[in-house]
Amino acid sequence: MNIGLFILVSVIKTIIALFVLLTAVAYTVWLERKVVGHIQNRWGPSYVGPFGLLQPLADGVKFIFKEDLTPPHVYKPLYIAAPMISLVFALTSIAVIPIGNWIWIGQLNTPLEITDVNIGLLLILAITSMGVYGVALAGWSSNSKYSLLGGLRASAQMVSYEISLGLSLVGVLILSGSFSLRQIVQAQAGSWHHIIPHWNIFRGQIVGFFVYLMAAYAETNRVPFDLPEAETELVAGYHTEYSAMKFAMFFMAEYANMITVSCLATLLFLGGWMGPLFGPAIVQEILPVVWFGLKVFCFIFLYIWVRGTLPRFRYDQLMDFGWKFLFPLAVANLVITGLVVAFRS
Amino acid sequence: MIHWVLFLVFGAISVAGAVNLLAQRHPINSALSLIAVLASLAVEYLLLGAEFVAAVQVIVYAGAIMVLFVFTIMLLNAGEEERTRGSRVAIVFGIPGMLIASILIAWILVRYSDTGAVRVGALAGTPTAIAPLLFHDFLLPFEVTSVLILIAIMGAVVLASREPARTSAERGQG
Repeated sequence: MNIGLFILVSVIKTIIALFVLLTAVAYTVWLERKVVGHIQNRWGPSYVGPFGLLQPLADGVKFIFKEDLTPPHVYKPLYIAAPMISLVFALTSIAVIPIGNWIWIGQLNTPLEITDVNIGLLLILAITSMGVYGVALAGWSSNSKYSLLGGLRASAQMVSYEISLGLSLVGVLILSGSFSLRQIVQAQAGSWHHIIPHWNIFRGQIVGFFVYLMAAYAETNRVPFDLPEAETELVAGYHTEYSAMKFAMFFMAEYANMITVSCLATLLFLGGWMGPLFGPAIVQEILPVVWFGLKVFCFIFLYIWVRGTLPRFRYDQLMDFGWKFLFPLAVANLVITGLVVAFRS
Repeated sequence: MIHWVLFLVFGAISVAGAVNLLAQRHPINSALSLIAVLASLAVEYLLLGAEFVAAVQVIVYAGAIMVLFVFTIMLLNAGEEERTRGSRVAIVFGIPGMLIASILIAWILVRYSDTGAVRVGALAGTPTAIAPLLFHDFLLPFEVTSVLILIAIMGAVVLASREPARTSAERGQG
């Protein structure tokens, strides 16, 4: 492939991926308001468009036209940079997430992701670990006690749970022997007796899956781990002093992170785009993407369901859970997986 | 070609970040410049072909260690540093001395060390290439390093969990 074509294809894929991701972010917000509404016996958004489907558009317009207030006491360079850092790192990780097989577009054979790198999983971990700075700097540069406490809580929590998160992934890595997300998914192809698929969750990684799920909820600062933005004590946590589009950036970053985490869970534990294929050739081309989308949707729904169900942890419970329960569990899972694989080979 | 351009650009960014780290007055700006230096070094490793080292550089240094730096600065709420004029000796002897020393070190490294120049993308730094080195060829140094880190962690726990010395007022009450 020559360089001009390569750049053209990359730019087109990037635009499509960003468009899909941002639309997904907007409609995850809609879904959350709707589902939590129904859980609490309310209707949720229902005025703008059918079923309130145009509510995200209205929200976006509102965010853009609101007055962008900068409090006088902030440290301005970092105050402005922090939401951008959050959003940029939240959107970047979509670059290495594959959503399907290689496809033919005319003469061009291209994978359904922006780029396939052989350290894909490490790259995502690296990008997520940089995302902490957005939250931490927002808390510090706002120069307000609520923001600072929120920022501190968020970064302490993210640093603590990142260890369990990383360790829970090692079991999958041992089983598939690669950091490339595409190869990890391909290692999960096939099924036993045409009934139970060969997904990592059914290959002994069920503990790893649950550790990943818990740690991922904490990493994305979601209920029941949403202490950084605990409304009852911290107003809104690290983004207390932000308004209009700057606040929207944090909001988008949070939901983009949720989607990335859901994609990763699908790819690592639930066989990515693997699923039953049937029908004519064109349907077989599209089905993998549909399976992938459905699995990701289930995770996002689970996120919302948990938010509608569980109360918030206390801070010492949060740290105890992370260090005294999740961390040893992740280590045990790693050791057992390693032993099993070593004895088998 | 594009690799060379990127290599030079990120080299320039890392040098600029290092200079900025010294020039900034506020500790948080210095910490952020250090993050920029570490991240652009990771890109340099990536361009040389050491993918695994690049990813680990970002995860460990830029992602974990520097978070603790920023964390500490935030907690201490360190203000701007005060500038003194500096001693004249430092300016007269320090800067030329540092220049001469760095030129000497660079010259010795280029002239006498066995390590040749690495072409862009020439290193075999994939995880599969690094794993046998880490877990087979250099297993003992690797394990000794991890024991060393474990000792450091235990030391930190002991220091952190030590009972604070009771003040005289408390002793009077007790």
